[in-house]
Formats: sequence, structure tokens, C-alpha cells
Amino acid sequence: MKVAETRRQTVIQTESLQFFYDSYHALKNINLKFEEQKITALIGPSGCGKSTFLRTINRMNDLIPGVRTEGAIWIGDENITDTSIDPVELRKKVGMVFQHASVFPFSIYENIAYGPRIHGENNKTVLDNIVEENLRSAALWDEVKDQLHQSATGLSGGQQQRLTIARTLATKPSILLMDEPTSALDPISTAKVEELIQTLKAQYTIVIVTHNMQQAARISDFTAFFLNGEVKEYGQTDKIFNEPVFSETKDYIAGKFG
Amino acid sequence: MAKMIKEMEHPLYRKSNKMRMERIGKWMTFLSVALTATITAAILFLVFSKGLSTFITNDGSVKDFFTGTAWNPAEVNSLGKPIIGALPFLVGSIAVTGISALIAAPLAIGAAIFMSEIAPRTGKRIMQPVIELLVGIPSVVYGFIGLTVVVPFLRNLFPGSGFGIAAGTIVLSIMILPTVTSLAFDAIQAVPRSFREASLALGSTRWQMICKVVLKTAKPGLMMAIIFGMARAFGEALAVQMVIGNAAVIPQSLFDPASTVTSVLTMGMGYSVMGQVENNALWSLALVLLLMSLFFTITVRMIGKGKSS
Repeated sequence: MKVAETRRQTVIQTESLQFFYDSYHALKNINLKFEEQKITALIGPSGCGKSTFLRTINRMNDLIPGVRTEGAIWIGDENITDTSIDPVELRKKVGMVFQHASVFPFSIYENIAYGPRIHGENNKTVLDNIVEENLRSAALWDEVKDQLHQSATGLSGGQQQRLTIARTLATKPSILLMDEPTSALDPISTAKVEELIQTLKAQYTIVIVTHNMQQAARISDFTAFFLNGEVKEYGQTDKIFNEPVFSETKDYIAGKFG
Repeated sequence: MAKMIKEMEHPLYRKSNKMRMERIGKWMTFLSVALTATITAAILFLVFSKGLSTFITNDGSVKDFFTGTAWNPAEVNSLGKPIIGALPFLVGSIAVTGISALIAAPLAIGAAIFMSEIAPRTGKRIMQPVIELLVGIPSVVYGFIGLTVVVPFLRNLFPGSGFGIAAGTIVLSIMILPTVTSLAFDAIQAVPRSFREASLALGSTRWQMICKVVLKTAKPGLMMAIIFGMARAFGEALAVQMVIGNAAVIPQSLFDPASTVTSVLTMGMGYSVMGQVENNALWSLALVLLLMSLFFTITVRMIGKGKSS
């Protein structure tokens, strides 16, 4: 009974997840739950496994030869580590935003329309609507509505990152994975992207990797502290930042190592 | 005052050995550039003056040169002008170049995709070195293989002697394939990994990623690869001359013997004397080749510029 109830709110749940690059044990026994319409921040020093963990959720690690996953990641009632799951289908539901805004060297319109097009949408009116709707969701419409058919590479860094968010939203995912989405941006652009992430929370489950402690504190509801491939501490962000249980968490947040 | 003298003796004010080396280096590099530029200018001047003298000194008609079908520079026609119709060679050159590019381009791009996207490990470790080796094979070897394998093969399958546009095209396609593949591979490799990841993360299949992101982004580079291949095919003399049959007529089919601008040049240059009409007419052909290669180079440059902007 209790399991069923937690399942309803929990969108992603990992069970003793292990991950290996050849013989290197990158993720050790990860048990985490991600709740619907919440932002969970993954923090921790470089090389601690947080990006690797993020990439197990949409199976982007499959692209690297010699990797191995053990344990389970439940999304809904599917274990997505199962080989019978089609990663192409999975990635439609689990969108990802990267550290460096990787806009395609196409027009703004074509960038947004790319996802829907490859999933079979060719109707121009429908595509026009998708482009407008998602640019609005990414708070970019007013800035670019007159230059939809110009190259997206001419946009500023912050605009490019919001464009990649809009592009990800256009495939209608329910989960958004963000891998340090603002680390290459200036403070003003960062503020805009953070604001956007906050508004997206109403519709999506968001998991965000960040090196910026203030950012984690500002925008997330839950925080998981990764250390050496393990989750050292997990809980509500307030609690992690104000009264961490472990001294390592406290030291990391205070900037004593990183 | 004493302090001033001391300052003048400071290492910064002395002409050091390093400074001398710097000046010598500057002069040596400048001389190298000057030499290269002079030689290039001299070649250009020679080809232009000789090539144009057919039309200026020998009173040849430019119109005849590009539209005439008879080539016999030693004789004059009823108007007293030398018979210098180069159209058959131009047709031959354009035909072998165009068709071999049509054959080589899809194969090369396919091979480059395989090496870069489908089997990157085998591609980098085995196929890339092999292809670079193939690029270095002298063209006479390709011509010899064409003569021994391709020509008899065509003779058995189709009417005619086996010599002709078809044989030339096959030999040239095989010859430019490694060059085009290698350049196309570089163009595809230059597409950032982040584009590929972004496409896959949006739920594309690998094939969709290749067609709609990788090839689309690499398009200028692929065009450049094909044009480089065409430039090589157009300028190739020996291998083509060995298999094309060397008949100075416009070929009616792919299996008729024909000629190219280059094959006429290599065949004819031993039999003419500097200053004669026959010789000047060959220089005119050389000028055509020069202008074509200039055209290819400029096209590649323009594509390159379009890519960077």
C-alpha cells in the first residue's frame, strides 16, 4: 500500500544502481527518488559521478563503449535499464539540456522543429504552433519572433541555452535532465535561465547537475550530495544546506574542497 | 650620467645573438616566399603568353577553339586559320570528370560515414591509414591496372575496343575515391560531438542523426571534398591517357575511344617544336587546364568562406 502511494508521486526511482566504465566503478549503489514537479539538484566535486548518473537516466551512457549498468531505474512502472527498453523512445520522454548550448547551425525555427520532425510531424501549421508555444515556454519568443528563420548561432549564449531548452520541450518530455546548464553563462543570462527552470517546475520533473552552490540553494527542492560515486547525503535542500548530517557535506557546501 | 651609461649596457639595449637570428630568419622566410611567388608568376606568364599566342600570333579563332571538332594545328582551313577545334577534348575531360565525380561522391561519403559514425574504431585504426596509403599510389599504377583489368573487362562486356570514356571514368573514380573519402571523413569528423549528442538526446535514431544533423552540418566540407576530387580528375593525364583510346573525336557513346585535354597534351608535346602553331595550340590547352584548376580552387575557397561566416 505504502509503495503504491510513493510510486504515484515518485517519477524516477533508482534501486541499487551500479555503473562501470570498463573496470572503473563510477556509481556505487545509488538509491534515489525524484518527485513529480520538483527540482532536484545533484551537487558534488568534479568526477564524483553526478553527470554519469544523470546520463544513466536517459541512457546517454550507452554511446560509450565498454560501459555496464546494474540495478534498476524505475520511470513509471518501467525499468529503463532493461535492454528491452528502446533508448530512442526513452529519450523522447526524458529530455536533456547540456552544459554548452549545442544549437544546431540551422535557423531558430528548424532547431525547435527538429525534434517533432524526426518524430514524424510534418504539418507546417502544427510545427509553427509547436515552435511558438515552446519558444514562449522558454521565455524566448519575444526576443526572437522576428528572426525565426535566421541562424540560431547568431544568438547570445544565454539565448542559445534557452533555445536548447525550448528545443528539448518541443519533444514533449515529462522529465528534464540538465547538466550544468548555466556554467558557461554570464550572471544575467544565468538568472534568466534559473527563472525559466523555476517556471518549468510546474509541468516537469527536473534533475539538475550544478557546481554552483547558490544555484542549488536558490532553485532546488531536494539536493543529493555525490562523493566518490556514492550519494553521501540526500534530503530537502533547506536541510542539506542548513543542517547537513555529514561533515563532508558541510565542508563541500562551505567551499572547503571541490 | 653614470647611471645612463649603465642603462645603455643593459641586455635590453644590446644587439643580441637572438636578434640577429630573428633578422636572418625573417629574411630566409621572405626569400622563400619571394622565390615561390616569382616562379608561380613566371609559370603563369609563360602559359598565358604561349597559350594566347595561338590566337594572337597564329591568328587562331577563339570560337573555333571552343566549338570546332577538328584538331589539326599543322594545317590551315579555307579561311587560312589553323584547325584548332578542341571541343572533343573539352567534352572528353568534362565527361570523365563529371561522371567519375558522380560515381565517387556517393561511395566516398558512404565510406566516410561508415568510418566516422558506424565503426569509428575500425575506421580510425584500419581504414584511415589504408585510405591515406591509397591516396599516395602513383597515377601510372592506376592507369596500368586500368589497362590490364578494366579495358579487357569492358571489351568482353560491351561492343568496341574497351578503350573509351567508360574505362577512363572507372579508373578516375577509383583514383579519386581515396582522396574524396579522406576529405569527406575529415569534414564529418569536424562536426562537433555535442551536435550528435543533442540529436540523440532529442530521441533521434542514429540514422536520423547522420542524415539530418551530421551530413547537413558537414555539407560545405563535403562539397569541398568532391570539388577537390574533380580538380584531381580534371588534371589527371597519365592514367586517363592509358585507357581512353586517344581519338580526337566527340565520343558518341561511353565505349567509343575519346580524348581529354590532358591526354592530348601528353601525347602531343613530344612531337612539336617550340614556337610552331602545333606547339602553341598545346599551350592553349595548358591554359584551359590552368583556368579550370583556378576555377576549382576559387570555388573551394568560396565554399570555405561561406562555411566560416
